Amino acid sequence: MAEHKQKRQTPTRRDEETGVETDDAPATSESGEKLKAELDDLLDEIDEVLESNAEDFVKSYVQKGGQ
Amino acid sequence: MALPKVCGIETEYGIVVRGAEGNPATASSQLINAYVAGIARDRSAGAVTWDFEDEHPATDARGFTLDDALAPEVETTLVNAVLTNGARYYVDHAHPEMSTPEVLDAREAVRFDRAAEEIVRRSMAYARSILSDGAELVVYKNNSDGKGNSYGCHENYLMARATPFGQIVRQITPHFVTRQVFTGAGKVGCEAPGSEPDGVAYQLSQRADFFEEEVGLETTIKRPIVNTRDEPHCDPKKYRRLHVIVGDANMSEIATYLKVGTTAIVLAMIEDDTLGDDWMLANPVAAIRRISHDPSLRATVRLHGGRSATALEIQWGLLERARKYEQSHGLAAVGESVGADVLRRWESVLAGLESGGDDVADIVDWVAKGRLVDGYRERHGLAHNDARLKAIDLQYHDLRLERCLALRAGLSTLVGDAEVESAITEPPTSTRAYFRGRCLAKFADNIVAANWDSLVFDIGEEPLRRVPMMEPTRGTAEHVGALIDEVTTARELIERLGA
Repeated sequence: MAEHKQKRQTPTRRDEETGVETDDAPATSESGEKLKAELDDLLDEIDEVLESNAEDFVKSYVQKGGQ
Repeated sequence: MALPKVCGIETEYGIVVRGAEGNPATASSQLINAYVAGIARDRSAGAVTWDFEDEHPATDARGFTLDDALAPEVETTLVNAVLTNGARYYVDHAHPEMSTPEVLDAREAVRFDRAAEEIVRRSMAYARSILSDGAELVVYKNNSDGKGNSYGCHENYLMARATPFGQIVRQITPHFVTRQVFTGAGKVGCEAPGSEPDGVAYQLSQRADFFEEEVGLETTIKRPIVNTRDEPHCDPKKYRRLHVIVGDANMSEIATYLKVGTTAIVLAMIEDDTLGDDWMLANPVAAIRRISHDPSLRATVRLHGGRSATALEIQWGLLERARKYEQSHGLAAVGESVGADVLRRWESVLAGLESGGDDVADIVDWVAKGRLVDGYRERHGLAHNDARLKAIDLQYHDLRLERCLALRAGLSTLVGDAEVESAITEPPTSTRAYFRGRCLAKFADNIVAANWDSLVFDIGEEPLRRVPMMEPTRGTAEHVGALIDEVTTARELIERLGA
């Protein structure tokens, strides 16, 4: 269950990286495989949707503070 | 018994001008004007617009029945439209903003929040047809630019004036701090004052970094977890409007549903004094960030009395209370069937989060977005602060169909397309928004001012006639539907109302 592990490892603080327990990941299941396949499909097409110059796009996205 | 939790959502959207020069305030005006002009041209719906800068409702209010102590709302915004669905579409600060009409339950809140998105999409399309070659206005339903600037998605709930405000503050704060485990919209990086932007790779909430006080009146600086704005827009002797500024704008319909639905239930419990103080936090401001900064959901926060708990433990505790409340008081205040459904889904989302998150990737925005961010990062071997990951974050909220990543993330939906379509032009039937919306659709030419709690009619003779709407649950289809159907002129309507 690579997906599951990814999620647990993503957290940002280093002290939690060590807290990852691999044995609580469920055994590979059909639904897990399906989720992974759907995510893979989306990641395949995402570059076509993403703004072509991510750096400029992110830099130029500036908003005035609101409420 | 708790009052009906009449509620609504106000969303300030991010806006960008592409392919032309432009400042955000002007762009916001263009966006809304394009919509108002566009629907007038297409005759698919009507809207009443006015500019309070030229019209001074307080002094022009000849013949107002001054039956309440409140001055009419004075606006200084650039554009201010009231739509036939009862919503208000306007420029606030440098953002386009939509306030949904008042509704009676969380499902209706979702329907009108979705309608607001569709109205914005149509506004972008109308604007494209007006602007010079290739220029466009792009709108984002998010709450942060990633550079320390935030704009809000506020909720409003009707509360009894008799409920002490101090009790509301004390007892709603644990929910406001911990509900982000399912209402968070997700954010790459960190914007908390004094923190490194890359100090947090990914967090639950768009907004949590911006809260610096437990309670207060501010909304644009030193934002408080509980906002004290006391502007009821209805009978101030009986009611208050709890103005909630702590939430994220959600792309997931079910996240919006849970955000409004669970909050309405917790507020009903507070009003019926059944919630108690079990989950009071020792330091809510530190807790809201600590929880947001920990997608593992294992972080604990300190409670009064020395205990510690995770956000999920506090949420389970609130849910248990809500189950007891359902047994002892029923859920009429939030709509029986919607309330029961919210409780069921509340339990299911907590269980899903507890088991690792993937189960709720179709419900919880921060989980859905986090999967995209993580997947892309791993596939391309990127650093946590790579611009492409921040671009994914922003584009999750891009309202253009061809660019929106949330629409591609496999989110479950709650309301059907036809229900959303009708909410673009027709008001909810179960609040005073019905009267507002129907009158605007039928007698727009006679309405000189519209407000949350009144309509002012010009029926061709002095004085102007003001119809107050100080009761949020009056003016419904049941009360005035037949009357509005029958009358053919505004004068007849006013005469029949006895105003």
